[in-house]
Amino acid sequence: MMDLWQSFVAGVNESMPWFDGNIAAIIIILIKAIALIVPLLLTVAYFTYAERKVIGYMQLRIGPNRVGPKGWLQPIADALKLMTKEIIFPTKANIYLFLLAPVLAIAPAIAVWAVIPFDEGIYVTNLDVSLLYVLAIGSIGVYGIILAGWASNSKYPLLGALRSASLLVSYEIVIGFALVTVVMIAGSVNLNTIVSGQQGGIFNWYFIPLFPMMIIFFISALVETNRAPFDVVEGESEIVGGTHVEYSGMTFAVFFLAEYANMILMAVLAVIMFFGGWHSPFEGVPYLEVAFAWVPGIIWLLAKSTFFMFLYLWVRATFPRFRYDQIMRLSWKIFLPITILWIFVVALMTQLHIGPWFA
Amino acid sequence: MINNIKKLAKNLSLSELRSGMKITAKELVNTKITVQYPEEKTPISPRFRGLHALRRYPNGEERCIACKLCEAVCPANAITIESEARDDGTRRTTQYDIDLFKCIFCGFCEEACPVDAIVETHIFDYAFESRDGSIMTKDRLLKVGDDNEKAISKAKSEDAKYR
Repeated sequence: MMDLWQSFVAGVNESMPWFDGNIAAIIIILIKAIALIVPLLLTVAYFTYAERKVIGYMQLRIGPNRVGPKGWLQPIADALKLMTKEIIFPTKANIYLFLLAPVLAIAPAIAVWAVIPFDEGIYVTNLDVSLLYVLAIGSIGVYGIILAGWASNSKYPLLGALRSASLLVSYEIVIGFALVTVVMIAGSVNLNTIVSGQQGGIFNWYFIPLFPMMIIFFISALVETNRAPFDVVEGESEIVGGTHVEYSGMTFAVFFLAEYANMILMAVLAVIMFFGGWHSPFEGVPYLEVAFAWVPGIIWLLAKSTFFMFLYLWVRATFPRFRYDQIMRLSWKIFLPITILWIFVVALMTQLHIGPWFA
Repeated sequence: MINNIKKLAKNLSLSELRSGMKITAKELVNTKITVQYPEEKTPISPRFRGLHALRRYPNGEERCIACKLCEAVCPANAITIESEARDDGTRRTTQYDIDLFKCIFCGFCEEACPVDAIVETHIFDYAFESRDGSIMTKDRLLKVGDDNEKAISKAKSEDAKYR
């Protein structure tokens, strides 16, 4: 990384002596960051719109349709509303921690995207331990929620924070084990290598040998992002909004952005780990491969992720909420044994060289 | 033992989750039943009892003859009537107030009226902007009647054959 930086700086200094190479490098990094964050935030905005529409349709309603044509400007109206609302600080809250919490929630949610490969060679940075990076930075986000619960100095946020902490402890393990199976097949923790390992059509994707892991990963992702039916951290019916109770206006909006950015991340991660990332599903199919050769890989990645994002909404519209102890039972007594069992199954399959995955 | 294994297999196949999601997926593409209220309204029976109105004869003379039957029949005592003989010798109301906060919209006043003067229209989406807005005075009742005479007579004629 440092070598790359130095060679870039030296190159710029040589070809454009009137321009400082360090500044050029920083500008390029900034452009990369903006090119990532702006579409991400737009996706978050329209994901909320899609959520309201899809859930509405599933409940035989039509969802928001008043602001702009067919309600397309609804997320912008929501954003303007949240930005202009007053931020209320609880009298006995610790203001510094209270304001630090949303920042701590959003920063990792965006930083994680730095290593996500969108297409062959399209990423902000190619880290050799990118999966570890995703897991590590991704779990920092929960500090934001815990801190929010603590700093609010209020009982419901504190309960929400406690729940969030225990959920993290239970489900981070499950997610970790589920992803270990992928790493066992791919033989790498670099997301680029993991995706490259799934080249060659739909039968080479890892979701076939790891089908139970894929389902467990998705369900655990629902828990990690505090989505229905596992939204006990917010727990609208018991703790009236959990960690968000004392937050209003933009501070609340930042939590909201972080939650949705994490949801989108988990959808993209599911595609990268189990569904071949940017690879076309028609690779290796005689005529379709040529017919769809013009579609860039990023489109395939986004299309596949959109399905998972839709699945989030579908699940939310379908299932009633879990009781808290049921969530814990699901993690420790069901998911964890299954994942550990499957690690041995994968080890066995690796030894026996089954299918195209363990060649 | 066998039953436990069967149950375990059923749970692991997620069959119940799948059947639940099948239902929501079906509803996703079903016809939506939302009525977009200000533009669309649900159908209303001719007997619907909404905001009150006082009617006039086609020649512009007000129908109400101050017989006070509606005041007598009103179970909520929402109607207050004062009357006086007019210069031409007929008896007319000088005051005809309906307190909409007291009114229970039972429609007895309309039933009692011998001259079809007081009626309940199909207007249900009204609001007051001041505290005394709840008192429908004679002027306001007559205005509602004038503005909606067409709808009122149509509803009356539609309902007539059942009376």
